[in-house]
Amino acid sequence: MQARPVLVAVVAAALAAGAGLAAPADRWSEEERATIASMSLSALEPIPADPSNRYADDPRAAALGQRLFFDTRLSGNGRVACATCHDPKREFQDGTPLARGVGTTDRRTMPVAAGAWSEWMFWDGRKDSQWSQALGPLESPVEHGGTRAQYVHVLARHYRREYEATFGRLPNLTGVPLRAGPVADPLARGAWDALPAARRDSVTRAFANIGKAIAAYERRIRYGRSRFDRFADELARTGRTPDGVLSRDEIAGLRLFIGKAGCITCHNGPLLTDQHFHNTGVPQAAGLPADPGRERGAKAVLADEFNCRSPYSDAPAGACAHLEFLDAANPEMRRAFKTPSLRNVAERGPYMHAGQLATLEAVVEHYDRAPAAPRGRSELLRPLGLTVRERAQLVAFLGTLSAPLSTPAAPLAPPD
Amino acid sequence: MTRTWKRAAAGVGLAVLGLVGTGMAFHHGLTGAHRPDDREFGLGPRRSAGGRYVASLQAARPIELRKLLTMRIVLTDSTGGPVDGATLAVDGGMPEHRHGLPTRPRVTRPLGQGTYQVDGVKFNMGGWWVLTFRVDAGAARDSVTFNLDL
Repeated sequence: MQARPVLVAVVAAALAAGAGLAAPADRWSEEERATIASMSLSALEPIPADPSNRYADDPRAAALGQRLFFDTRLSGNGRVACATCHDPKREFQDGTPLARGVGTTDRRTMPVAAGAWSEWMFWDGRKDSQWSQALGPLESPVEHGGTRAQYVHVLARHYRREYEATFGRLPNLTGVPLRAGPVADPLARGAWDALPAARRDSVTRAFANIGKAIAAYERRIRYGRSRFDRFADELARTGRTPDGVLSRDEIAGLRLFIGKAGCITCHNGPLLTDQHFHNTGVPQAAGLPADPGRERGAKAVLADEFNCRSPYSDAPAGACAHLEFLDAANPEMRRAFKTPSLRNVAERGPYMHAGQLATLEAVVEHYDRAPAAPRGRSELLRPLGLTVRERAQLVAFLGTLSAPLSTPAAPLAPPD
Repeated sequence: MTRTWKRAAAGVGLAVLGLVGTGMAFHHGLTGAHRPDDREFGLGPRRSAGGRYVASLQAARPIELRKLLTMRIVLTDSTGGPVDGATLAVDGGMPEHRHGLPTRPRVTRPLGQGTYQVDGVKFNMGGWWVLTFRVDAGAARDSVTFNLDL
């Protein structure tokens, strides 16, 4: 009789080993189950309103925005559209470390999906709405490389009917040069400065509406339900690990994600991002100037011509609390960058704000190692001490977050 | 980290801890990243570091992550009388992660009866947070710290 408990334990251990560690994977504490449920797309709140864009949910604006998104005439050389870097066939990104428009930028192209849930746009959050974000690249000398006057001329020539049906009369462009705007090019800037203020304002208002139409389109681009979401929802419903949804390694990776590896600290909620900015010691990109990240972005968004408090915003007074309570003098924001969503992350390397890390394996290795930051201070306090197997399990888990976008096919293709 | 997340995920975090906090376990603020005893967590009442005030926080529960929040702080003196006319400054952060608050919250208006509205609070991550209010009411300056587990 004395030997019996030992025998039971031995048999149990042998069974567990034979079953490939199935037993631990099947057990989740109540807290773990709640954490996993909080990461499901089912927990995503309804799309937030954008009070700064009164056309945000106007289908006519979205239809115009889709055409503009794919239109290469909105560029200095006639060859660059939003879709050039934000390719719908590739998660609305370009798969390259640094974005290439008419020139090459200093940053990695960000995906577009679920941007409507984000308070801050770009890696440094220098824009505070999808519509103001869309305007930045249009006037960047290395992205679209054109001017706002040129773009409003494109509206007048090619989109007058659709534009005026939604946004009202286009401004009179008589005497407005094709190349004029507050851009780096001194000739275009000089031509812009020579226009009377009222004309500059009317052109700028139509230019802002280009952003609002594109934002109305982009709001429709959403993440679809992944294998992880199926797993999380079934676990929440039944309290048991569902069969055949995730592999053992993927489940082990999930356990690491919410536990030992601590990924969930920043990659939290259904979009797997805290929508904030962190210095995680990401290495300096070779050949690029030092990037101050959010430290500069926070100041830039307060000064932005198209922010929530600007005359081009439709937000009523008091509706821009994100700006009101922004801490633009926080030294922790030096070289801090936006936490990206991890949805579909396996489909869109390379990673980090300048594509410094080519693979998810390299990303997990970075967080495991927790190197000091090249500038500022990393929030990663110590190495995680993951085994090679655990790192592979985390990568396997990240792959379960992939799914086709939930957006209908039509918005994902170039318009007729 | 695992420990804090287990709590956060339970979705009961503050509701339960707020009750625990009514044990009037007073604490002199934070020194380093050593997580205080569970009794030190919650919405109060909390005695200020110098013992001049007792303060409680009021917040919608459960406290949501990633959202700009409005809270209230109720301030009384050591005899239990409401303290009006005080100037309050808000600071805080996550000691275990060595970072401050993601926003710059502030007291936006006094509501009377020792109650003040605090706007612009945001918690972007789960885990142990501190919120410290520096209180200046006449000659009596003091500070009161709340530990929250989200």
